[in-house]
Amino acid sequence: MPSADPNAKATTHAAPTDPYLRLERVVKRYAPGAAAAVDDVSLDIARGEFFALLGPSGCGKTTLLRLLAGFERPDEGRILIDGADMAGVPPYARPVNMMFQSYALFPHMTVAQNVGFGLRQEGLPRREIQTRVAGMLELVKLGRLAGRKPHQLSGGEKQRVALARALVTEPKLVLLDEPLAALDRKLREETRFELVRIQQRVGITFLMVTHDQEEAMSMASRLAVMSHGRIVQLGTPQEVYETPANRFVADFIGTVNLFTGHVAGVDGDRLLVYCPDAGALLTVEHAAMPTGKDLAVALRPEKIALDAAPVEPGPNRLAGRIGAIAYRGEASSYEIELATGKMLRATVPNTKRRAVPFAVGQSVGLVFEPGACVVFEP
Amino acid sequence: MSEAFRRRAVLALPYAWLALFFLVPFLIVLKISLAETTIGVPPYTPLVERGEGGLGLHASLANYRFLLGDSLYIRAYLNAVKFAGVSMLLCLLLGYPMAYGIVRAPRAWRGILLLLVILPFWTSFLIRVYAWIGLLKGNGLINNLLLALGVIHEPLALLNNAFAVYLGIVYSYLPFMVLPLYAALERLDPALLEAAGDLGCRPWQAFYRVTLPLSLPGIAAGALLVFIPAVGEFVIPDLLGGPDTLMIGKVLWDEFFNNRDWPVASAVAVAMLVLLVAPMVFVRRLLQGETA
Repeated sequence: MPSADPNAKATTHAAPTDPYLRLERVVKRYAPGAAAAVDDVSLDIARGEFFALLGPSGCGKTTLLRLLAGFERPDEGRILIDGADMAGVPPYARPVNMMFQSYALFPHMTVAQNVGFGLRQEGLPRREIQTRVAGMLELVKLGRLAGRKPHQLSGGEKQRVALARALVTEPKLVLLDEPLAALDRKLREETRFELVRIQQRVGITFLMVTHDQEEAMSMASRLAVMSHGRIVQLGTPQEVYETPANRFVADFIGTVNLFTGHVAGVDGDRLLVYCPDAGALLTVEHAAMPTGKDLAVALRPEKIALDAAPVEPGPNRLAGRIGAIAYRGEASSYEIELATGKMLRATVPNTKRRAVPFAVGQSVGLVFEPGACVVFEP
Repeated sequence: MSEAFRRRAVLALPYAWLALFFLVPFLIVLKISLAETTIGVPPYTPLVERGEGGLGLHASLANYRFLLGDSLYIRAYLNAVKFAGVSMLLCLLLGYPMAYGIVRAPRAWRGILLLLVILPFWTSFLIRVYAWIGLLKGNGLINNLLLALGVIHEPLALLNNAFAVYLGIVYSYLPFMVLPLYAALERLDPALLEAAGDLGCRPWQAFYRVTLPLSLPGIAAGALLVFIPAVGEFVIPDLLGGPDTLMIGKVLWDEFFNNRDWPVASAVAVAMLVLLVAPMVFVRRLLQGETA
């Protein structure tokens, strides 16, 4: 069990063999005959994992969260937590706590009373409640604010109270609904690390819902990308980013350049794909495929190297002209127009302080390795 | 006009209103309560009189001593507080589920349900109370119906007793309880109840620990809106009540219009106002403690 293991993130690559949370073919429709909000979702999550459900709004991720909390009932399928079937178990009897997007702190209670709410409900003695609330407030660094009311707190403080309230009863599963969405950008980035640190300290299984791919990738040990109620890809952040399963995932996670073409030949463990929109043959590391098969080729902007000297067009060598430059500090994004008229995006880190390597209108060569490209059904 | 002046002018408006239509009339009533009754127009002695030795002040607390001396007034006041208090609790017990039901109703229904609560206001209060006489009297609608159905064999005494007064007050003042409760419950974030459920509360526990405390301002507002006018009520005990439902508002009315004793009537009015300030201050304290 990788619970409370600081290396949990590294040790839970593969799908768990003994799932702690299991969803079996779960279907949820809000009205009979309507399109399913959650459509035949099966998922296994291991104990101590930090799992993220990622997708655009309306993809069913929040409905899935509400099914787990017990606020909604599935129309089909089963939900098991630590082996126990949750069918017919009301929210108050589930070993699951939720951190709401709005935080849903009780406005008439102090921070300490909010955090101690679940413990009081369990009927624990007053002294034990006090000790555990104090310990939890210490963990989220809110000890000095115990006597405040929610309206006297900043957004970040409210967020930590909501987290403490969800953790203090030591549930088997904590659900986080867009936990960082209400924070401003700077705080959001700091809080990412903080959340992961706290999750590893307490060792409780976290399931987070977010539409922010950067958030999901930087925090979760594994993630599932959802679209139209279905899971379209499941894996570690690196797997999902570097090997997107289809056009939707490639496009939703990060920025991507997409070419369409067909298999022109096979060269050992490489596939030769002719892409008319690139005006060139692209070589891709991939198992053999029949010649003539239509494919899409995805290339991430940071996998492209820019060459100031003109290059001879050839496999994985393209010529283009810089159309626009977005300077972002640590890196610059270039918009490059190929001879075919297709626009590409390339990102190059700014490793030198004073260098101004490229200018708008300049002709450049684009070079990338065969391993940089991914192919999938168009 | 400077910004500060304009701001002050805007703030001065409600104060001016209160001063003109509350403070000044109150001072006049206070003045009359310190005078003696006399036959004439107006039927009381002047407070300041021009005599031989210049101006003379004629103020006495005799009327207040009279109120304390005659048990009728104290009984009438306590009776009024009892009727108003019990009616307030009945309004709360009836109004809370109503307000809760309206808030939980489908959005399209809410406007219609609220309209139904307010609908009786479209008919004059006096006529509605009169209508109850027709319903409750010995050969009224309710008794006749029950006799015809064979449920009872003799008419029930429904009118001119405490029951009729309670019924009249609760019926007339229920909207004043429902509306502030609706406002308070409607503001409640549904996520708070989900959070309470998520943290182990059964629905009734969530109601007790979250909904009820958060609707306390609405309860307090509704309670005051029912209690205060009900204490001074005289139409309902006059029309629906009997000899055992003496209320201070009725006494005040009789003192003023039947006995034409303006000073004693004014003293009753002042005493009533002072005694009504007590529950208001209490509720205010309660609410301040809640939000602090």
